[in-house]
Amino acid sequence: MLEPYVPVLILFLIAVFIAVFVITLSALLGPRRSTPRKLAPYESGMDPVGPAIRRIPVKFYVVAMLFIVFDIEVVFFYPFALVFRQLGPAGLVIMGVFFVVLLVGFIYEWKKGALRWE
Amino acid sequence: MLNAVPLPAVLTLAAALFCIGLFGALSRRNLIGVLMGVELMLNAVNINLVAFWRYFEARYITGQTFAIFIIAVAAAEAAVGLAMVIAVYRHYVTVQADEIDRLRG
Amino acid sequence: MDALTIPPVDLGLIAPLLVVVTWATGLLLVDTFFIPVGRKKLTGYLAIAGLVVAGLVGLPLWGVSGSTFGGMVRLDPFALTLTWVFLLIGILSITMSLDYLPRQDIEQGEYYPLIMFAVSGMILLAQGADLIVLFLGIETLSITLYILTGFAYPRLTSEEAAMKYLVLGAFAAGFFVYGIALIFGATGSTRLSEIGAYAADRDLGDTNLTLLLGGAAMVLIAFSFKAALAPFHMWIPDVYQGSPTPVAAFMSVGTKGGALAALVRLLFEALPTLNAYWLPVLAGLTALTMVVGNLGAIAQMDVKRMLAYSSIGHAGYVMLGVMVAGEQRGPEAFIFYILVYALSNLGAFAVLIALEHQGEEAWQLDDFAGLYQRQPLLAVAMAIFMFSLAGVPPTAGFMAKFYALTAAWEGGLPWLALVGVLTSAIAAFFYLRVIIRMFMTEPEGEPAPELNRGLTIDIVVAAAGTIIIGLIPAPIFALVERSAVALGG
Repeated sequence: MLEPYVPVLILFLIAVFIAVFVITLSALLGPRRSTPRKLAPYESGMDPVGPAIRRIPVKFYVVAMLFIVFDIEVVFFYPFALVFRQLGPAGLVIMGVFFVVLLVGFIYEWKKGALRWE
Repeated sequence: MLNAVPLPAVLTLAAALFCIGLFGALSRRNLIGVLMGVELMLNAVNINLVAFWRYFEARYITGQTFAIFIIAVAAAEAAVGLAMVIAVYRHYVTVQADEIDRLRG
Repeated sequence: MDALTIPPVDLGLIAPLLVVVTWATGLLLVDTFFIPVGRKKLTGYLAIAGLVVAGLVGLPLWGVSGSTFGGMVRLDPFALTLTWVFLLIGILSITMSLDYLPRQDIEQGEYYPLIMFAVSGMILLAQGADLIVLFLGIETLSITLYILTGFAYPRLTSEEAAMKYLVLGAFAAGFFVYGIALIFGATGSTRLSEIGAYAADRDLGDTNLTLLLGGAAMVLIAFSFKAALAPFHMWIPDVYQGSPTPVAAFMSVGTKGGALAALVRLLFEALPTLNAYWLPVLAGLTALTMVVGNLGAIAQMDVKRMLAYSSIGHAGYVMLGVMVAGEQRGPEAFIFYILVYALSNLGAFAVLIALEHQGEEAWQLDDFAGLYQRQPLLAVAMAIFMFSLAGVPPTAGFMAKFYALTAAWEGGLPWLALVGVLTSAIAAFFYLRVIIRMFMTEPEGEPAPELNRGLTIDIVVAAAGTIIIGLIPAPIFALVERSAVALGG
């Protein structure tokens, strides 16, 4: 019953083995000479800028929320895209109505200034 | 090959996920955590629906469609929920559920 | 791949719904672009106009029965009458908000389209013949109500109420969809009629029966939550107390009407063959609801919270009609009760609003002391609403309760009818307490309540309706009788 998944299991085991093997090996063999520079957080080779945890302006959350809504409401376009040839013009009209509804929401948030950054 | 995983296994997964979400929603004190628990519950349902769809005759596409509806509605609910968390946070400066208790009677 | 056919769509059957939704969407834009801040009352008037138009559009549909969208949406007299009742609820709620919002300093144009969207969710619940549509209806109603509950934004209690409502509501939504998934798994369909046919024709077998019953149980939990049946009522008092008063009024009648209309359809179209399983459970819930709601109200000194508990009790009386909706009398009692409860309860909340000043809460029993001497007409109106909610003749509330109790009695649930009579007797105590405070005690130097046009219209319409339906119920009886014909089997 589950035989087809045996290769997946083998792959999984190999991945775990390599990860554990490499980490253990470098922990055992590598020399450990700590310098302040080595202990500093890695920021692409630059000197660290400011603390890592800081408050994020609430504006980000507003934009994120709007993004969630619009990003996910367009999910209905995916099934439509798969079958739009079979649906013909009627399908296009229906999706047009759906699109207008989305557009109203977009115009509303635009006019309300939710997209303005400053 | 495709039907290698039996239906009950998938349903068990969905039920487990639903219960984890339920537990999270009930036990979390952090409001964001509660919302995450609820999302988990809804997504467990999606697994259920898609699984039922897959193991029925393919003409019942209802399962798939409904899953998409749930995704969309869950997003709307999450957006309203997060907006409220922000509003609550601005006043109470906490998102711990049991510290928000002005309504009593 | 085969050519896909889109099922024929008859937009005429959803005309009122269509009007409400398009009007609300358009109104949102009109409000944003053309209506200046401070004149948002205009948006309210436009919203009322939209609801009236939707009601008029429904007139030619009277007597029409049919379904469209591949059988997902149904129109019959039952749905149409409920649609009118819901539109009336929307209109009265908006009327009482017109002056409330500026007085509380929370006037925003979005309020009115949101109420319209909530009404559209309720109409969808009355018309839905598919579990997906019911889900969308209940979420449209709930999500807009989450926002409306938190509408008094700077007020902390409002935010807190909204948060509580949202968390518990989302929770219930999770149960609802899980239940739907299980029902879908058992029967392979989400169409109510197909589920019903499947359950009736076939020997379900243990597995499918278990799935179906498990799914039905979870859906019932979700509905009980939305309609405030005990023991899923815990959120009600807090949420009502925190939310803006017109929203609490709208919610108390709106969610009950919408959710229970959908429950009627679900029980009698999809699950009639399983009534041996759900009837005892629902009967128990109903009895518990009536007892918990009415006993809880006694302890309340805050009239708004008292009305919240009383709304739980009334959910129980509405359920009496729901459970026997297989008989002709059941749906009749259901519609009649929702209509009468809407009038009396919205009226009572309107009186609360009249007593409420900016930023002040005047909901304590003591605030009603000697109201008769300060504002005789207001006190008389409140007395009418209290008598009606208590079920004292000759008000409409008596007729509604009588109807619901006899429906339960004839429908084979005599013990439940007895519980209903006993709890009504208990309920009379706390409603009469308000009346005694108003008429028998001296005023304690409270400022005069603010009455304005919108509120006056509301109170007059509600009081007149309550009295007229109580004295001459025949026309309404005729209406609900004809509405209930299509159902029942």
